[in-house]
Amino acid sequence: MLVEPRESVVTGRAAIDTATPLVSVRGLTKSYGKRAVLRGIDLALSRGAVTAIIGPNGAGKTTLNKALLGLVHPDGGTILFDGVDVRGSIAHRARIGYMPQSARFPEDSSARDLLTLLGDLRGTERARDEHLLEAFALDRFLDQPVRALSGGQRQRLNAAAAFLFTPELLLLDEPTAGLDPVASSTLKDHMRSVRDDGRAVVITSHILSELQELADQIVFLHEGRVAFAGTLQALQERTGATSLERAIALLMQSDELRAMRGAVETA
Amino acid sequence: MSVVTTVLRHEARNLRRNRGVLFFAAGMFLLTESVLRLTGSAPRALVSLLNVVLLIVPLVSVIYGVISWHAAREFNELLLSQPVKRSSLFAALYLGLVAPLAGAFAVGLLLPLLLHRAITTDVLALLAITLGGGIALALVFGGIALLVGVLVDDRLRGVALALALWLLLTVVYDGGVLLVATTFADYPLERPMLALTLFNPVDLTRALIVMQSDTAAMMGYTGAVMHRYLGSLFGTLAAVSGLLLWTFIPAWAGRRAFERRDF
Repeated sequence: MLVEPRESVVTGRAAIDTATPLVSVRGLTKSYGKRAVLRGIDLALSRGAVTAIIGPNGAGKTTLNKALLGLVHPDGGTILFDGVDVRGSIAHRARIGYMPQSARFPEDSSARDLLTLLGDLRGTERARDEHLLEAFALDRFLDQPVRALSGGQRQRLNAAAAFLFTPELLLLDEPTAGLDPVASSTLKDHMRSVRDDGRAVVITSHILSELQELADQIVFLHEGRVAFAGTLQALQERTGATSLERAIALLMQSDELRAMRGAVETA
Repeated sequence: MSVVTTVLRHEARNLRRNRGVLFFAAGMFLLTESVLRLTGSAPRALVSLLNVVLLIVPLVSVIYGVISWHAAREFNELLLSQPVKRSSLFAALYLGLVAPLAGAFAVGLLLPLLLHRAITTDVLALLAITLGGGIALALVFGGIALLVGVLVDDRLRGVALALALWLLLTVVYDGGVLLVATTFADYPLERPMLALTLFNPVDLTRALIVMQSDTAAMMGYTGAVMHRYLGSLFGTLAAVSGLLLWTFIPAWAGRRAFERRDF
């Protein structure tokens, strides 16, 4: 099942090609021992769209993200980034910004040192969005060691590290967890801005109201398979519910998903 | 700039805030200074420090290595999501671990000797062997620490395994060799004993020191065997080659595991 591309988006600068997906995933499988986590994922992530990946715990969301980043070696299937197979390739990672769920940076390093390290590892070809440090109110803390930063400040540093190098694909895992309302709002503004810029955003979150506000596309993973992929409107039409939370609840109780669970349990 | 250089530069910038390494350097300094004051001469001080080097350097390297690996695990995942090869990142993490440890050991050992102007020509060979042996042990046990870190996800189990390996290689192994030697005392055991020594980096370092300092009696059974059968240029070369191989094997195995594992 594929996510349909969003309608053609035109920004002030140039028309964005939303027809060709930035990332295409085909038949992706991954098992840890006997436990199959991904059971043949097919997915396309469009430019100029925010895609929300939703699913219960153990559905395969994190494994899918990590496979896109090369942190997990898939057992089968392919991942194409801008048409190029990512297996054995590292170059595409310079075009991805990753914000993991928890930001555990080395306690002895300063924020400035960490951002410099990440920038040096990525090379200097891509521009740094210095305005971000101010937007996330990090400019005053740049030279303090991480151990002196609060949880919220660390999470803002985590966000800044993902957005700083103007990536074409942003992978955000529970991005607003631990952020105060101001920082959370700033982060959402940046996600919209990235989308309007013609770049792709993938967000994993348990806060469904937040996803309803941001997401152009919904991907619902269940037992390692894509149970639904499409627009929020398509999901609402299918389930008859108006809120994303209710729609997901109805989807999980549907006969189709019950059958999927049954097949997994039998296997 | 290569990944290794970039990560090492970052480590170097933060070295002044690295409490573990600073604590190790300060501890080695105090130990050397105390032993030097108590014994009154550099050769005697170095001989007294030999067993400390053989026990403390491996212990600090392996425990500090496993703990710092787990502390940096999530950050390492972030580094792996950047455009870097796993092999390059592992090399950078390995050197970023062992270089400060080896440096802290060298500074802690040399500084008191320099301050007391105790480095004379007659002590140079013993000092070089002590320094080289300690650095080699930091490399070996730093490699073992990363291998354990990569293979064992649970921090406590990792630390327990690291401690068990340290105990095995520093204490239990020599006891086992002694047991074999006494049990099979009626048989010609020179070659098996030699082979057993080659399988243990701590014994190899001990043997190297024994051959330089003629302190076989203080250095355990395998040290005595090495001194008896390899107290020559050939023996020194064999021990140095074995130790070099040992510095390579755990790091190589750690790199392979690092390249294959899922994060």
